[in-house]
Amino acid sequence: MISVQNVHKSFGDLEVLKGVSLDVPNGEVVSVIGGSGSGKSTLLYCINAIESINSGKILVDDVDVHSKSTNKDKLRQKLGMVFQQFNAFPHMTVLENAALAPRIVKKMSREEAIEIAKKELDHVGLGDKFDVYPTRMSGGQQQRLAIARALAMKPDFMLLDEVTSALDPELVGEVLDTLRLLAEEGMTMICVTHEMGFARDVSDRVAYFHQGVIAEIGDARQVINDPQSPLTQKFLSKVR
Amino acid sequence: MNSLFTPLSWSDTGYILTGVWNTVTISVVAIVIGTLLGILVGFLRAESNRAVNVLLGGILDVFRSVPLIIQLILFSTFVGAIGHPLGPFVAGSIVLSIYTMAFMTEVFRGGFEGVSQSLQTAARSLGMTYWQTVYHIRFPIGLRAVLPSWLGVALSVIKDSALVSVIGYMELLRTSEQLISRTQQPLMILIGVGLFYFIISYPLSYYGRHLERKMAL
Repeated sequence: MISVQNVHKSFGDLEVLKGVSLDVPNGEVVSVIGGSGSGKSTLLYCINAIESINSGKILVDDVDVHSKSTNKDKLRQKLGMVFQQFNAFPHMTVLENAALAPRIVKKMSREEAIEIAKKELDHVGLGDKFDVYPTRMSGGQQQRLAIARALAMKPDFMLLDEVTSALDPELVGEVLDTLRLLAEEGMTMICVTHEMGFARDVSDRVAYFHQGVIAEIGDARQVINDPQSPLTQKFLSKVR
Repeated sequence: MNSLFTPLSWSDTGYILTGVWNTVTISVVAIVIGTLLGILVGFLRAESNRAVNVLLGGILDVFRSVPLIIQLILFSTFVGAIGHPLGPFVAGSIVLSIYTMAFMTEVFRGGFEGVSQSLQTAARSLGMTYWQTVYHIRFPIGLRAVLPSWLGVALSVIKDSALVSVIGYMELLRTSEQLISRTQQPLMILIGVGLFYFIISYPLSYYGRHLERKMAL
């Protein structure tokens, strides 16, 4: 379970998170929507300890993420993350990309790491691309590689930061299908997304971020189809 | 009629080859040491704050701006004056290595700084430590990116090594100068020596381009 408790976060004078609280129990998929600069990506970076927080608390399976005594490298093994940029390691083949972290972080043997990497690449539909260099692949394939690379670490949670925003429109579907598959398998996910259809159909709950606070959170269909907050209504009418 | 000068003969070959060998030796030493130190200091610069960088940058600028010939003479005179005279090879190797390092540092710094932050964040998000990210992501990507610039510096070091002759090192150019003054056949000798420099440099240039193609990202 991921528990975000009254988190504040500033970049210099700019406060981007102004007291955010959010509990995500295991098996749940929460989509986070909102305008750019509303702080939704920052929240993911704080959960993964890539960014520090100014006050409040974030617990991942009851471990305080930002406590000094927490081993953040160890913690991140539990939290798979996929970014807007595909971030494939360009000097490695697809298979090496996915096998690297299991091998050097989890200290698996080369064979074990490759076996897991192959399985996860198959999982996202890249079973025929093992020896290809990522720069030769489409954006959608590179993003699916990023998902497989994160999954190869056997994370308990997936944090997805606008993973389809940098894709050509015709490639969005294949990535969303992969995420849909993960959701069906029961992966706990927090998805920052601009895909309202995906948020509505795949997630259990949707949170609408506005200027550093959660303005509305609730059942996914209800928030997207029948938002209660005027702020959410205004945002949704603009993006549709 | 007897002449003061003696023409070039086959017996001079050994002499010239000694020069070739000495040029190769000191160039290899300077390129290897300069590259290793350049990677180290370049990484330090890429990771350091402004204050450290201003200091390091200032020092490196001195080595890059003062002509090599002056550095060679000053260093060799200085170590002699304080009572620790060094042979021309050692003194020349030290100066040429540091001179090479100063240029290599900037090459590698650029390479390391060019590796995108988001790629490193992605590596860290997989649980990789800082040093694992440096070793597996930043170094290999940064080093590949600067291969062409590295090659340029390395090739110029081979040519710059000719200047080590001013402190008495018998490298290729110096041996040829002595042959010229003995034989008075400058044209032929200089053409030959130029050819030797080409033969020394070409394998490096060829291998560098080969690596570049092989490692293209």
